[in-house]
Amino acid sequence: MSPIVKRKREKFHLPSKYLLLILTFLCVVMMGITFTTDYLGGTLSVVTGYIIVPFQDGITSIGTWISNRSEELGQLKEVLAKNKDLQQRVDDLTVQMTELQQEKYELNNLRELYQLDEQYAQYEKVGARIIGKDSGNWFHSFIIDKGSDDGIVEDMNVIAGGGLVGRVSNVGPNWAKVTSIIDDNSNVSGMILATSDNLIVSGDLELMNSGVIKFEQLVDSANQVKEGDKIVTSKISDKYLPGILIGYISDMQIDSNNLTKSGQLTTAVDFEHLEEVLVIKQLKQSVAE
Amino acid sequence: MKKKIIMALTVIVCFCLQSTLFRTLSFSGIGPNLLIVATAVFGFMNGKKTGTVVGFFSGLLVDIFFGEVLGFYALIYMYIGFANGAFHKIFYPEDIKLPLILISVSDSVYGLITYFLMFLLRSRFQFTFYFMHVILPEIVYTIVITIFLYPIILIINRHFMEEEKRSAKKFV
Repeated sequence: MSPIVKRKREKFHLPSKYLLLILTFLCVVMMGITFTTDYLGGTLSVVTGYIIVPFQDGITSIGTWISNRSEELGQLKEVLAKNKDLQQRVDDLTVQMTELQQEKYELNNLRELYQLDEQYAQYEKVGARIIGKDSGNWFHSFIIDKGSDDGIVEDMNVIAGGGLVGRVSNVGPNWAKVTSIIDDNSNVSGMILATSDNLIVSGDLELMNSGVIKFEQLVDSANQVKEGDKIVTSKISDKYLPGILIGYISDMQIDSNNLTKSGQLTTAVDFEHLEEVLVIKQLKQSVAE
Repeated sequence: MKKKIIMALTVIVCFCLQSTLFRTLSFSGIGPNLLIVATAVFGFMNGKKTGTVVGFFSGLLVDIFFGEVLGFYALIYMYIGFANGAFHKIFYPEDIKLPLILISVSDSVYGLITYFLMFLLRSRFQFTFYFMHVILPEIVYTIVITIFLYPIILIINRHFMEEEKRSAKKFV
């Protein structure tokens, strides 16, 4: 090689201090841009989506298969014991069902009266598989394998097994990030189904280990709300469709201000073993700005 | 070039494993932090510059998929990589003590920074809880994984370290 080429090479040698400085500056600029606009997030998520998502897809499907097989073996014993229990429950439930059928008939009549035709069972939904969970241990968001190519946009509600999981907070072409309601920085406006009292449901990392999240600011002047009551999404939420089941009250106290109540609720969704979710394609109607 | 490809592949594989396989293998919701391992290892094995770059891209990947703002985790990971690069001079591949210490310190620094910026500033004051239930288990899990992963990393690194040495001689 000629010496000219060598000198050129040395010119490109950048001291690590300056590299660090340049990249720090870049990070700060990016933070500024993404904090105010969402310009950068879009382009980058397209590029990385095509590199990362196929990997995650593959690993997840293999991983799910293996964990399913190992779980099957371990659960065989449990299943036998459960079978007995379940038989008992079938009998109980048959009794309950007849009661419910009567109630349903009544409900149908009432619904017709109120013209409540926008039940969430009728929304258009699309199924999606979870292919990755938050790489850190602080938050509980996850990635699904459907994105803007499948018609998913930000703020769509995500449910699983009849309960609320969260909402789409970031969309790529073939993936989307779902922020779950148990996330420490998530707040959902909820409502007690029986009494229509509003409250705020917020995720909490501290309570997560015991399988509950907390609710606050429940105004219950009539003192009618009790443990076990259903909490659904409220009508005044600007992101969530009304009437989606969030969970059941498991514990409740009166706040020190003697006006509001707060406590804990058990979520309707089992977040530990979530594999598939449904994305509701209906967006909450918002007032045009 | 070969070095860059290996760097990129390691980061991608670590990120994918961390967000999929090790999430299903997590103990009470806590998984290991492979990206910290990758960042720290590249830092003290190849110097400040490599550590900085690997840290930057690891963090950026986390930012794109899970971050609230772009560049936040990139900044944290980048400085961790840079700091680990400072230990390049006293690093010997045969000695596993230094890597273990460096990785655990890196992971705890990462945990503490995340707590201070993402939780303390939102008035979550129960530091002992978060330390005992998130930061500490993560460090322990990461260290256990590192012990198994270290020989593999060493082999991969040796393969392209030799090339590095050859090119380093040219400069002298």
